[in-house]
Amino acid sequence: MRHRPPHRFLLSSWPLRCWAYVCGGVPLGLVVLAVMLVLVAGGLLTSAVGIGLALLTAAALSGVPLGRLERRRLGLVEPTPLRDPHRPLKGAGLRTRLRTRCGERATWRELGYAWLLALVFSAAGLGVSLLLLFALVLVTCPVIVWALAPDTVMIIPGQAVPHPLAGLPFTAAGLLFLALTAYAAGLLAGVQVRTAHFLLAPREEPLTRHVVELTRSRARLVDAFEAERRRIERDLHDGAQQQLVALTMTLGLAEMELGDARPGAAALLARGRGEARRALDQLRDLVRGIHPQVLTDHGLAAAVTEVALRHPIPVRIDIDLPHRLPEAVETTAYFTITEALTNAAKHSGATEVQVRGGLRKERLTLTITDDGRGGADPAGGTGLTGLADRLAILRGRLTVSSPAGGPTRLTVEVPCSA
Amino acid sequence: MLRVVLAEDAVLLRAGLVELLTRGGHEVVAAVGDAPSLTRAVETERPDVVITDVRMPPDFRDEGLKAALDLRARHGRLPVLVLSQYVATAYATQLLTGDGAGLTGLGYLLKDRVGEVADFLTTLRRVAAGETVIDPEVVRVLLSRRTEPLTRLTPREREVLSLMAQGLNNQTIAHRLTVTEASVVKHASNIFTKLSLDPTEGNRRVLAVLAHLRGDAGAGA
Repeated sequence: MRHRPPHRFLLSSWPLRCWAYVCGGVPLGLVVLAVMLVLVAGGLLTSAVGIGLALLTAAALSGVPLGRLERRRLGLVEPTPLRDPHRPLKGAGLRTRLRTRCGERATWRELGYAWLLALVFSAAGLGVSLLLLFALVLVTCPVIVWALAPDTVMIIPGQAVPHPLAGLPFTAAGLLFLALTAYAAGLLAGVQVRTAHFLLAPREEPLTRHVVELTRSRARLVDAFEAERRRIERDLHDGAQQQLVALTMTLGLAEMELGDARPGAAALLARGRGEARRALDQLRDLVRGIHPQVLTDHGLAAAVTEVALRHPIPVRIDIDLPHRLPEAVETTAYFTITEALTNAAKHSGATEVQVRGGLRKERLTLTITDDGRGGADPAGGTGLTGLADRLAILRGRLTVSSPAGGPTRLTVEVPCSA
Repeated sequence: MLRVVLAEDAVLLRAGLVELLTRGGHEVVAAVGDAPSLTRAVETERPDVVITDVRMPPDFRDEGLKAALDLRARHGRLPVLVLSQYVATAYATQLLTGDGAGLTGLGYLLKDRVGEVADFLTTLRRVAAGETVIDPEVVRVLLSRRTEPLTRLTPREREVLSLMAQGLNNQTIAHRLTVTEASVVKHASNIFTKLSLDPTEGNRRVLAVLAHLRGDAGAGA
């Protein structure tokens, strides 16, 4: 079947295989045609009775067993067997089986193949078969004349072949014909193999669909996680923080009421107030780490500016965004930047960090560069891998360049189209 | 005595603030829990000063702050003291540079300042009298930023600027830093020069703070 010199093809077993394959398809195609017509016609006629639906379902699913048979029959002309495109249905009930099969695209492709086989390939195969038969008759002309039908064989109408030797030219013509038939069968087999590959083999799409589904479920998890963070932030803000503020206020009022009457008690109250304030400070830091309010209200650039103001290393910020970005992008970008800044402060020994950000073709691009000693290893810490994972869910990318001796540069790209 | 409209969605805190203000000798003419009610209360009560939380219902974003700025835009110089849970320069900037901001009668305080009752009441009176007061923490954060114009200030000048930004007058600043008032004036003049602030323009102290909030002293007001 592959690229070989023509005469090698003729002398190999391939013509036989192709004939077997193509001609074998003829009775098979006719059987399929008959079955399909009976099922469809019967189904339509009895659709009022209710059994019609079952017949039509059977017609729809008839491609499945045919596909299995065809993949096996393909072994005649195709060395590598095709894999079954269907999902395994071990131990499933009849209802589940039917539903699964009807939901699979492979089932419908096989049905299409069934119709092609019944209408096109069997017809073409019939043509090849007839040619083959004719060629065989020509080749065996002398034998026929000699053994079976002396004086009555007429290849050319009106002119009987008188004796076996006179049939020899016809044998030569028959051999030529046979070669042509072999090529025709080869060609047809080739087309059929291609079609079978296209319609009967598994496509990669179920796997892709699986990956998409997985990504979606991961994104849902992240969303749920994000919602939970928001809820905690809200609870802390509306609950604990307000309670503590109210406490400092009550202590302040008590101090005021007490005046200078009892200095010892006033000092204790002042201390209590100081402790409450420190608790508030800690709580504020915690809340900021969960989800900063400024990010919600003013967006990425403002929130990053607030972080930079408290950062031990000078941070230069150049974030220029024409509009607010989707919430998930903003949050992820914010935490990526804060993580990068934390790393820079902890490990890099840098004296300056630069954060640049912009939007190009609806993609957010961020670069965080420090002038430190470099050598950051994404595989080393969980921080960077965690960020890369979060970005991956948004179909974003994190690139880390950190040669020994620095500088360290983090590049983040996130698509912003929803 | 000041007539105060108070907007704070946390019930506990609202009650506490009402008590504090009443004990401080003021009258709380309305204490509300969301931004639309704040607007309505101001329209009907015409208070001397508004105290509002930043984050308020219905969306729990910066409704309180926005409502206060809207009210100022409509009611001239209605003094507004904003209480915030967070030391966020973004909110302070929004307050001082937003629509209807103006340069008088504005305050931005961290919520826990209410614990220092006497200071809080003083601040409220100053805001109501038309001064602008920014939380010392915000000023500290801003001054720690290494922006170009600020690096030209000496540490003492930054200190003076910080106190000025809190709305203190020269006498008080001199007292706090235990220097003469004349040297405070000298420092202030140096600050104005270094930050390229036009001495003929309004409240230069506030302009100086604004310069920080914007991070570009050259733009001035």
